[in-house]
Amino acid sequence: MFPFVLEKPQSTEDAIAAAASGARYIAGGTTLVDLMREEVEGPERLVDINKLPLGGIRVEGEDLVIGALARMAEVAADPNVQRLQPLIAESLIEGASPQLRNMASMGGNLLQRVRCPYFRMLDAGCNKRTPGSGCAAIEGLNAGHAILGTSDHCVATHPSDVAVALVALYATMRVRGSKGERSFPVEELFRLPGDTPHLEHTLLPGELIMEIRVAGGPHSHRARYLKVRDRASYEFALVSAAVALSIEGGVIRQARLAVGGVGTRPWRLRNCEAALAGKRPERQAFEEAAQLATQGARPLHHNQFKVELLPRTIVRALEMAGEVA
Amino acid sequence: MSVSLIGRPMTRVDGRAKVTGAARYAADFNQPGQLYAVIVSATVGLGRVTDVAAAEVERAPGVVAVLTHRNAQKLPYLPHKAGIDPAVGERLHVLQDDNVRFYGQPVALVVADTLDHAERAAAALRITYESRQPLVDPTDQRAEKIVPEAANRTRALADRSRGDADTAVARAAVRVDETYDMARENHNPMEPHATVAAWNGDRLTLWSKSQYLVNEQAEIAAIFGLPAENVEVICPFIGGAFGTSLRTWPHVTLAALAARHVGRPVKLVLTRKQMFFTTGHRPRTRQRVALGATPEGRLTGIIHEGMGETSRYEQFMEALTNVTDYLYSCPNVRTQYRLTQLDTGTPNHMRGPGEASGIFALESAMDELSYKLGIDPIELRRRNEPQMDEAENKPFSSRSLMQCYELGSERFGWARRTPEPRSMRDGRLLIGMGAATATYPAFHAPASARVRLLADGIAEVEAAASDMGPGTYTSMTQVAAEFLGLPPEQVRFRLGRSDYPQTPSHGGSWTMASVGSAIRAACVEAQAQAARRAVADANLPVFGASVNDLEWSEGRLRRRGEAATGLSYQDIVARTGVPVEAERSAERASEVAERYSMHSFGAVFAEVAIDPDVGTIRVRRIVGAYGIGRVVNPLLARSQCTGGMIGGIGMALMERTVLDPRDGRPVNAHMADYLMPVNLDIPKLEAFFVDEVDPHVNPLGVKGLGEIALVGTAPAIANAVFHATGRRVRALPIHIEDVLTA
Repeated sequence: MFPFVLEKPQSTEDAIAAAASGARYIAGGTTLVDLMREEVEGPERLVDINKLPLGGIRVEGEDLVIGALARMAEVAADPNVQRLQPLIAESLIEGASPQLRNMASMGGNLLQRVRCPYFRMLDAGCNKRTPGSGCAAIEGLNAGHAILGTSDHCVATHPSDVAVALVALYATMRVRGSKGERSFPVEELFRLPGDTPHLEHTLLPGELIMEIRVAGGPHSHRARYLKVRDRASYEFALVSAAVALSIEGGVIRQARLAVGGVGTRPWRLRNCEAALAGKRPERQAFEEAAQLATQGARPLHHNQFKVELLPRTIVRALEMAGEVA
Repeated sequence: MSVSLIGRPMTRVDGRAKVTGAARYAADFNQPGQLYAVIVSATVGLGRVTDVAAAEVERAPGVVAVLTHRNAQKLPYLPHKAGIDPAVGERLHVLQDDNVRFYGQPVALVVADTLDHAERAAAALRITYESRQPLVDPTDQRAEKIVPEAANRTRALADRSRGDADTAVARAAVRVDETYDMARENHNPMEPHATVAAWNGDRLTLWSKSQYLVNEQAEIAAIFGLPAENVEVICPFIGGAFGTSLRTWPHVTLAALAARHVGRPVKLVLTRKQMFFTTGHRPRTRQRVALGATPEGRLTGIIHEGMGETSRYEQFMEALTNVTDYLYSCPNVRTQYRLTQLDTGTPNHMRGPGEASGIFALESAMDELSYKLGIDPIELRRRNEPQMDEAENKPFSSRSLMQCYELGSERFGWARRTPEPRSMRDGRLLIGMGAATATYPAFHAPASARVRLLADGIAEVEAAASDMGPGTYTSMTQVAAEFLGLPPEQVRFRLGRSDYPQTPSHGGSWTMASVGSAIRAACVEAQAQAARRAVADANLPVFGASVNDLEWSEGRLRRRGEAATGLSYQDIVARTGVPVEAERSAERASEVAERYSMHSFGAVFAEVAIDPDVGTIRVRRIVGAYGIGRVVNPLLARSQCTGGMIGGIGMALMERTVLDPRDGRPVNAHMADYLMPVNLDIPKLEAFFVDEVDPHVNPLGVKGLGEIALVGTAPAIANAVFHATGRRVRALPIHIEDVLTA
């Protein structure tokens, strides 16, 4: 690997100052180190944030608050997470491998980079890696790529599982930069590729994810994550769906729905949510709502099957959530 | 007489060394003053190198040399071919010219003081190419089919026919005529290829991952124009190989070339990505199988036409259609085997080569036929069970296929299966049960071994064999202990050095048959020598006796019929302190091969569960029953079978190397993207062995197990997928999208 400077700041302020001047944060390193080894990323300075007080999981009223440095495995196993937001635990366990979950932080998970194979090949065109170099995936092998939110410049899916769950749960995140703190919905972290696919998130230079906050509600206990893939573990989703239902008097009061593996970012399906509201939680209603999911889908040569698989996955996830006692 | 050691479930003699890290693999043999080499792989799929900006990186930190075709030594590359090399064509010559024949071909080598420096410089090396679009898709219209030139004089058969299969199929009351595809696979063992090369004058030592040490020695000697005895290859442990280390690939040459260039030892380890370039792969295949049958289910005609991919520079052949000749009784059989030459590296044998791919097509077609006939798939096979090998017109040395089906059916619970597709459910899930035949030839090759009886009572046994995981260290220890009459603790079996007695390649399921027979012969000879020494020793009680009046029992020599304690090897050897040493070769008598058709047989059963909504396919359990002659160690044998079944699950549902047709690059050359089963994919796997005594195959009565353990698993799963869904998928691997709308 190429040489780089590793900084170990003692305070969050020092870390932010270092990042504001061009250094990259590193926590678990499960994405970044891999990409550095393959020279897809070449940061000259890294800021090790592992010693900063950004870990831990706590409960504040009805809110679950997850520190940015909490590890995936730690969050998945946490009794409060399992009790208050089982969807988060379920989506985490479906992600990566045990080894990766032990290392990867929650903040890093949200910021992980895409799994498009061409992104990792320095001898292939990739607008995300090298702006202006073209997209080898659009005319290449693209079975794993997105059908929603794509552009003529990038078709890569966002790979995170837990991000899909957090978007479905309307989670928010608190970030801190050199100009102070702000909070916003996790969904707003992710950009569409458009003609600037190298810009993946809305953080300002130096901004550091502090924590993720998830408000509890009746939907939290009728929530399931379904991840569909050819291998039972350690594979990114072909399609995944995170659903959370509030049911009152035998009728869906509110449905929350986000999907993964199909979008260039964790994809919330507001049209499906709206279609489900006021309906009885029955298969026919699920199927009618799920048909809306592929509106505007732009399948590629090898991923046409996702147009079929996406609504089926949503229907099944809705059924699973409906079955939760 | 004590209980036989052969057949005992002994735990691995090298298990402790492996789990404690004491076992040393090729890359562990670091040498004083060693440098590190990193290969630079071509980034175009066809063309030539027009410029290498070597000067830029030669000045980089730690870089000692940059080798390209411009400055690399011109190597003699003397003719040399072993049985595992393609019979037609010439191996890839590395850094000898500017040609790029396929994506990933080595075009430069960077040598530096540390791995980091070498990697860094290799990444920075700018190479300019003149490139053309390669042809890498065998189904492309432009891909030309050729008749493999060396077929029929090797094991692979090009064209073979008995009766008139085409007419028989055309006129048959019931017909199946379908095309079956199988994806390219890469072996992907845990341990990457690695070589440490060190020269001492014109003598070369290679610590190198190899399944065929004596050929690596001969091959590198030929490439460098050296006498074979100047090259020594050492490889005591292998972290999985599945055939990828049978041949000696270009990286071994590069390590030796670099070490000579810089005058220091050089270590070269392939990256995972490079394991998809120049170390072979299971060729992609396309096969047509046509079956004709009577309404009662008697086969009247079989046509099996197979096509495999190969490179432009070598004709790799495998036994793709061979099994169809002998598996079932049928008067009219025609098989054909063709190759398609593509701009890729040369394929090579991967576990169950040829047979595993061919039997997917044949056993899928048999399953299809069973539904058309409305006959239970196992009953269909029973109705076509041959009395002899009808292609060769000779009896099988042993054949227990029907016993395998009976045992397997019982253990699997085949009787619970309802024949109609989509008729079995577990809650929402569709359940499918499928079965398929497995078979593989019982090979034997000349091998030799040495036994040395030491004064301290230890028997040293040596052969230039390998142990890629089946437990060769353990099973050979058992064989030697058995024939010497010693407890296994007193046997030290060593392998992994080319200067040990010669053995064939560690593949093709013939290691126990070949090396085991040689060890047996050497043990018998060592005993005879020890007896001769004993009767010549005036201070021993058997002095003056005729050796014919003596007998060995449990490692002790006494007069026949006497109850005396007898003499141990130690008693005899310690008299002079000079070890008794015997080296013997063993090979199969040619009459045996002329008289008998020798194959292992098995029956594999799979149960799958398929989610009808989202198409997820999960194997729930596999049962295999095998007739493989004598089982030397049931513990190892079961492990070998479960490993093979896992390979079969990968073949059926996951493994596929995807090439980008624009430049021939493997797009998923990464362990996250080339899917192989992980723990969660592996259900209960059970292997059983029928009692089978084969007095013909070899003195040990073993028929081999490594390959057959994989053969048959994929069609059993594919057949189960059909039973579950009613959807016949004729292309492996079967993915969610193939059954989604079933």
